[in-house]
Formats: sequence, structure tokens, C-alpha cells
Amino acid sequence: MKHRLLAVLAVVALAVALPVQAQLTVQITQGVEDPIPVAVVPFGWDSAGAAPHDVAATVAADLERSGRFRALPRGTMIDFPQSAAQVDAADWRLLKVDYVVVGRLLPRADGRFDVQYELVNVLTGQRLLGQSLPADAGALKRAAHRVSDAVFERILGLKGAFATRIAYVEVQGRAPSRTFRLMVADADGANPRVVVQSSQPIMSPAWSPDGGSLAYVSFEGGVSAVFVQMLSSGQRVRVSARAGINGAPVFSPDGRRLALALSRRDGNVDVYLLELSDQSLTRLTDSPAIDTEPAFSPDGRFVYFTSDRGGGPQVYRAATTGATSAERVTFEGPYNARPRVAPDGRSLAVVTLDRGAYRIATVDLDRRGSRVLTTGRLDEAPSFAPNGAMIIYATREGGRGVLATTSVDGRVQQRLAGGAGEIREPAWSPFLP
Amino acid sequence: MRILPLILVFVGVLALAGCAKKPTTPPEGATGTTVPADGASTAGAGAGGVGDASGLPGYGTGEGAGEGALGADSIIYFDFDSAEIRPEFAGVVSTQARRLAGNPGLRMRLEGHTDERGSREYNIALGERRAQAVRRALMLQGAGDAQIITVSYGEERPAIEGADESAYAKNRRVEFRPAN
Repeated sequence: MKHRLLAVLAVVALAVALPVQAQLTVQITQGVEDPIPVAVVPFGWDSAGAAPHDVAATVAADLERSGRFRALPRGTMIDFPQSAAQVDAADWRLLKVDYVVVGRLLPRADGRFDVQYELVNVLTGQRLLGQSLPADAGALKRAAHRVSDAVFERILGLKGAFATRIAYVEVQGRAPSRTFRLMVADADGANPRVVVQSSQPIMSPAWSPDGGSLAYVSFEGGVSAVFVQMLSSGQRVRVSARAGINGAPVFSPDGRRLALALSRRDGNVDVYLLELSDQSLTRLTDSPAIDTEPAFSPDGRFVYFTSDRGGGPQVYRAATTGATSAERVTFEGPYNARPRVAPDGRSLAVVTLDRGAYRIATVDLDRRGSRVLTTGRLDEAPSFAPNGAMIIYATREGGRGVLATTSVDGRVQQRLAGGAGEIREPAWSPFLP
Repeated sequence: MRILPLILVFVGVLALAGCAKKPTTPPEGATGTTVPADGASTAGAGAGGVGDASGLPGYGTGEGAGEGALGADSIIYFDFDSAEIRPEFAGVVSTQARRLAGNPGLRMRLEGHTDERGSREYNIALGERRAQAVRRALMLQGAGDAQIITVSYGEERPAIEGADESAYAKNRRVEFRPAN
């Protein structure tokens, strides 16, 4: 009891001394050639004082960040309608805008707010969206991301992923005194928060399907162990601390199992399934080669993994029932590793060796074709956005680890710049409730 | 003014001393229990603060923690994507094997490492393969199974920061460390 109290005190006390977490900011390095022109008009606010959040600024930044839209600068606007009825389509057409987003922020009697918004196609005059989202004062930015999601989906026919989050590992300092932090931030890099920190390596974060927990590897005990930690409470469970390697955890689509890599006592690394409810373990692969880096198919029927059973590392898949033997699924190039399965289950993102450089590629599982999407020298750890449109990955910039995203067609490229120290191993969250 | 940081450090040391009494690494498997933040500090995503993770005996930073300096007889290097012990390091292995065989109470920790090329978890596996190759060589020369534990850090703890072959060659290694 005494120890626990002291531990709590230490946590609170040392937090004061921690540096403020530097935020990542998105820079578009390459967008589509003719982005869709859109005007996001500043939202109306009739109450006293300044509006608690600039919803329009967040929505405009989100849409621009996708690389698919160009937002009209505010200084260029000649009218500030707050509803679709007030939008003069001809005026906006003169400004070469195709769509206008308008809205208002209204305080409610219960202390919360209503974010009212509408989307107008000024070419047709059609009102495409009209909604009201209730939000707490502290959740207005999140509500704004939801507006972006809805606008993005209505115009492009693809679910937006602006109201999602990313996890990543941040390393500060130089050996022998380094600090590893597992971080979670909004998809735009805002609101970075520390999930866990250690002087020993932290690796391989993976989201639970409900977005409420992360599995990860920590060497804090001097050897590797796999933890599952709830983000809301910080409470965590050590789910695997067996002899040898405890690595590469990923959640099954139903959230009830982890696939992970274990070497046990004999040092032979294989993929196992761990039932979280009763800790029972099923061996999925059994070869003298390295089998690691598992990833579930969205239907949970297969686990894709890296194996060097054929010589160099390639991606294979095994049925989770264990019924059939593993089959190889990558064939282009001498090195394909660390698979992640697209949300539609039809392609993989992998690290591939492309003319002497490690780059991110997608592999079409039906046609077997592969396509290199990035141009770095040591790109790694690809992770799909839950809408399948973008892949976040780790790359190098000036010798430092940074995060970047690419659209799955390679046309839109972004850097998540800033942050402190070395940034690596991004994992994009699922859609969040 | 100066006393506040001292109090914070004192509180931290007390707390970590308390934590350190708990076992941090269960033997084979022991799982399923909620663990307090022994060696690492956790935080709910809503909270901004976390504590410090150093101070775990034997596994903290610095000397004896796996990142201190080692002599030439305690480290061997490997070729790219290989776990084969090169002939020039046979002497290092036999010296270490004799030490173990002659001191049954001695325990050794073999730490496998790789260079930064390739994916991280694959490199964890490759580092383990290197450590296991050395473990087998030590056992063939008389060391006992129970005297040796292996740990792979993959590319997570490079000996030398750098992205050229000379740095890579120094990072593909197995380190022999006392584990008692």
C-alpha cells in the first residue's frame, strides 16, 4: 500500500520534470495534380467571447492534408454564409470553388455544443449534407474531424479517416542513456500523449480492433515481454513473458486473440496464437526457419507472416485453423517482409528490397503484382489507414527517423515533421467509436 | 528553491526501490495478471504525466545494464544476414566456454544484435539466431544449458550510430555479459 502510494507520487512528481511532448505536423510533399477546390467558411458563433474552437480551420486543414482537396484561403472569401440557404452558388463559382462547407457552433443548455454543418455543391446548387453533432467543449476538434470525415466521404465516396489516431515509438537521447516512449496522437499529429516509457527498448505497437488498447513489446525487464495496455486507464497486462523472444504482437479481428512470435527455449522463432481469455497457446508455424511478423486477414481466416524458409525473407500465409500448410504469397524481389493486410483483404503492404533500398510496396493478392510506393533507403513498418486509402510508415530524413504517409496509389505523399528524437514504428488506429 | 527537485528524486528512488522487490520476469509463461509499472511507467491516454523507468537493478541504463563497455574477448561480429561464427572468433568462444565449464555457478547472458537494415521484428529473430548459434557452440565446448540465457535486441541497441558498412559491421554482434 505504501509502495503503491509512493509510486503514484513519483509518477505525478516526475511528470512535472518531463519535457513537453513535441507535436508532429503534417507537410504535404506531393498531392494530386488537380485537387478539388472547396471553401470551408468560418463557422458562425453568436455567443459572447471567442468561439471555443475554429471548426472550419480544422476541416480545411484536414481536407488539404489528404492531398485531394485545395481549400480556398479565408482572405479570398467575400461572403460568410452560415447555412446552405445563405450560400449564393454563383458567387462561389466565380471563386472557382466546387463545394462549400458552412455551419454554426451553438452552445447548448447542458454546457455542450452543437456543431451544425452543411455541404453544398455550388455547380449544381444541391445540398449534399446537413447534420448536427453534439460535442463536449474538450471534444470540438474531434467533432471537426468528424465533419471532415463526412465531407470527404460524401464527395469522394470513401470513408474519411481524420478522426482516427496513430501510435508510434519515440526514442530520445543517445546510447547508453536513451528514453523509449510509446506515443498515441491524433491522425494529424496533434495531442501527442505518452502511453508508456522506459530506458529499455519498446517495440511493435498494435491496436486492438476497438481502438481501446495497444499491444506492444517492452524490454523493461531485461528481456522481451508482450503487454496489452488499456489507453483510457493506463492499466496493462503482461500477456507473454516466455523464455526467448516475445515479439510482433497483433490482435485478431475479433480482439480475442493475439498472433505473436515466440522462440521459446530452443531459439526457433515461430508464429503462435494466444487466446487472451485463458492464455492458451496454439502453434501456427513449425519450421526451423525464422517465422515472425504475423498479420491477420480482416476475416480472421489467415495469418500472413515473414519467413526465410525459402532462403531470403518472403511473406507466407497460414490458415488460422492450422488445417493447411503455409503458402508463399510474395514473389517479386529477394526481400519482402513485415506484411500488413489492407482493410479489404485484397492486398498487403510490405517492406521490399528495391534496387538496394528498403521501401514500402503493396502486393496484390489476386494478381500477385507488386508496386513500390516510396523512395527512401530504409523505409519500414507500413500500416494501413482504416479506410485503406493511405499507408503510414517510418522513413529517414537527415539521418533521423520520421513518419510519412503515402496514398495507396502513390500520388499523395506526406511527412509528419517535428517531434522530438527518433520516430518509428507507426500504427494507424481502426475507426474509433 | 533547490529542495523541490531533491524531494522529487527522493520520492522517485523510494518508489522504484519498492517496485524493484517484485519479480519482473516470471519464468516460462506466467501471464494474465495485471502488472504495475515496474520497470516502465505507464499512463492512461487521457493523463499527461508519466514517471521515469530507470532504476531497475541490473537492467537500468549504464554499466552492467547491457550497454556498458565490453572487452574484445566478450564480443564477436557477424556477416550480413548470417549467424555463422567466423573463424577469427573461435578463440573468443572457446575462452568463454572454458570460463563457463570451469565455473558451474557462473551464468552468462548472450545478447544478439543486428544492423538496422530490414524489418525490426525479423532482426529480433536474426539476433536470436546469432545468440543461439553462440549458445550451441558454448555448450558443445562444455558449458551447461542452465548457465546461458539469450536475449535478442535486433537493431534496437546499436553499438555505433551510423548508416554505413563500418557501423553496420560493428552492430552485427553477440555480446557475452555476466548474468549473475
